[in-house]
Amino acid sequence: MQWLDARLPLPRLMYDSFVAYPVPRNLNYAYTFGGILALFLGVQILTGIVLAMHYAANSAIAFDSVEKIMRDVNWGWMLRYMHANGASFFFIAVYVHIFRGLYYGSYKAPREILWILGVIIFLLMMATAFMGYVLPWGQMSFWGATVITGFFTAFPLIGDSIQQLLLGGFAVDNATLNRFFSLHYLLPFMIAGVVILHVWALHVAGQTNPTGVEVKSSKDTVPFTPHATIKDGFAMVVFLILFAYMIFYLPNYLGHADNYIEANPLKTPSHIVPEWYFLPFYAMLRAITFNIGPIDSKLGGVLVMFGSIIVLFFVPWLDTSRIRSTAFRPMYKIFFWILVADCIFLGWLGSKPAEGIYPALALAGTIYYFGHFLIVLPVLGLVETPRRLPGSITEAVLAKNGGGGAPVGAAAAPDTKG
Amino acid sequence: MKTLLSAFLAAGLMAMPLGIASAQENQGSGASVEANSDAATEDAGEIAAEEGHSESPHYPLKKPEELSWSFAGPFGHWDIAQLQRGLKVYKEVCSACHGMRLVAFRNLEDLGYNEAQVKAFAAEYTIQDGPNADGEMFDRPGIASDYFPSPFPNPEAAAAANNGAAPPDFSLLAKARAVERGFPTFLFDLFSQYQEAGPDYIHALLTGYDQEPPAEIADLIQDGTYYNPYFISGPALAMPTPIADDQVEYPDGAPQTVDQYSRDVSAFMMWAAEPHLAERKATGFVVMIFLVVFAGLLFVVKRRVWAGTPH
Repeated sequence: MQWLDARLPLPRLMYDSFVAYPVPRNLNYAYTFGGILALFLGVQILTGIVLAMHYAANSAIAFDSVEKIMRDVNWGWMLRYMHANGASFFFIAVYVHIFRGLYYGSYKAPREILWILGVIIFLLMMATAFMGYVLPWGQMSFWGATVITGFFTAFPLIGDSIQQLLLGGFAVDNATLNRFFSLHYLLPFMIAGVVILHVWALHVAGQTNPTGVEVKSSKDTVPFTPHATIKDGFAMVVFLILFAYMIFYLPNYLGHADNYIEANPLKTPSHIVPEWYFLPFYAMLRAITFNIGPIDSKLGGVLVMFGSIIVLFFVPWLDTSRIRSTAFRPMYKIFFWILVADCIFLGWLGSKPAEGIYPALALAGTIYYFGHFLIVLPVLGLVETPRRLPGSITEAVLAKNGGGGAPVGAAAAPDTKG
Repeated sequence: MKTLLSAFLAAGLMAMPLGIASAQENQGSGASVEANSDAATEDAGEIAAEEGHSESPHYPLKKPEELSWSFAGPFGHWDIAQLQRGLKVYKEVCSACHGMRLVAFRNLEDLGYNEAQVKAFAAEYTIQDGPNADGEMFDRPGIASDYFPSPFPNPEAAAAANNGAAPPDFSLLAKARAVERGFPTFLFDLFSQYQEAGPDYIHALLTGYDQEPPAEIADLIQDGTYYNPYFISGPALAMPTPIADDQVEYPDGAPQTVDQYSRDVSAFMMWAAEPHLAERKATGFVVMIFLVVFAGLLFVVKRRVWAGTPH
């Protein structure tokens, strides 16, 4: 090992990053989702590689090849259900992770690049998940692809060319399936690359913590191993219990029955819905039902949908508060939870047909979503009176343990769960 | 988790009276429309037509009944005798129109048949094979590795022979049909592990024929289709009443009723759609035990590691 270390300091890098690396001692379980996400990236890549050995990316046989995996490949049913539900759990974890970042101000200086890399990963994840959903070539795969690639035609002049480039033709067909499969195999490795940058940026800036007070002395930290390793490991296994519950008992709960019908370009399903993790964005897309000046409703919807993610890139500069942690921002705390509720509300609206009162509600939800980032974040930082910050992490920890005498298990209920 | 669960339950309890109220409302409005149409026979057609245009009824008209299936729940398993009866119903009745192209004869060993029985079963079918050395297609008796042959050469032929609607293939039908559960039922399904929407739907559809359509629905029914309030995408479907009492003989003494036939063939179709279901649940139980024990051990170790560190 020393021989290797002298020539290529890989062992030292690993030791410094995952053994000796100092982590704040007061991290709660909301901080374990980064590790969980790394685990799920691994699970998705491993199951995906094996599935790709049996899958055929040809529109004539893709659907049947997936069924062959389900019926004839040894443990094929488990691999496929792990991969399909793994995508959903990946998104559950990433949403908790993102809201954790928003709650504890993890995007603020000096962690802007860390945050932006995270948003890039999120975008790559969405592209990967969307293309992966097309591969089984069921009815929802086909019509979902038709609807989502149709967004690009909303852009003036270049829209049609972009759509044709994506599809490899004028409609979703074999060429689309082939390129989506190729990209679906490529993007996870790009995600892995950006994850490495994300972790690198994290290790340069250091982790935030629930108090938002930077680490001041070595008393504020504990070594990554064994403290964070065991805590992350425990959280991973608890998360895996939920994952296993879905795989083995409710494998099709998060899916759509129509995707067990082979794609048929001549038969449109009565109700096209995306996977649940896209529903809030789908609701925002459909919320714009009117033209705004030269922008017609279709382009408006697409801009709003993309804008809802683009706005995340600017969060570090939209938030004017000097206080990192929402725990010390009594007013922002209320707005934070309204935002969470708003996103769930939009998700529910996304699953409803665009008729009756739903588009109006979706518009209200969309306006609030943007209002949170463009108005609440900048204004509240200037007018809010934060609570007094503790002098250091250690001071906060000792105050909590001395005052309340809370049992260790109580820490297992992080504020951002849900 | 506990608080979350109780919150769900509370929400559900609060929503229950609402659900009942709306159901009563529906019944009430249905009855009043009937009364109206009786009173004003001349206008009835127009009113119904207008209603049909302005607000189409929500399908299915009736939700399927939830039955108890042997394969439901965490310890779900196949009722072999039921699957064998379902196979008999499929073979003698359904297979006249419906294929099952993804299921091979060799898979029938799951249904408790031995190799010789499977071979004999397969040999009853004629399979087109070829081309042979002379370039000719030829017919031969089926072997275990063959798949169930489809009754029609292609979907177009199937549609042409069936009034324009091709009978769907049975291989995945039990997973490809599900009536929307709605809020908050879909949340309860997480805990009750409800995954039997397919067989419940198929059973409801098969037993839902030969009812008198309400007047406002009757006008929506097209010629050549058959009213069935459980049909998921309309008031009526192209399939006529498929089966009658005593049509299939059960050697094991099970009741020879439409209800029993429907249960058996639905269970059989669930097996056809998800042949590894029982294996999946059995594996899941072992995995869950392992993960729970592992998590418990990790938690103990975690407490030990952090014991001297206030956090």
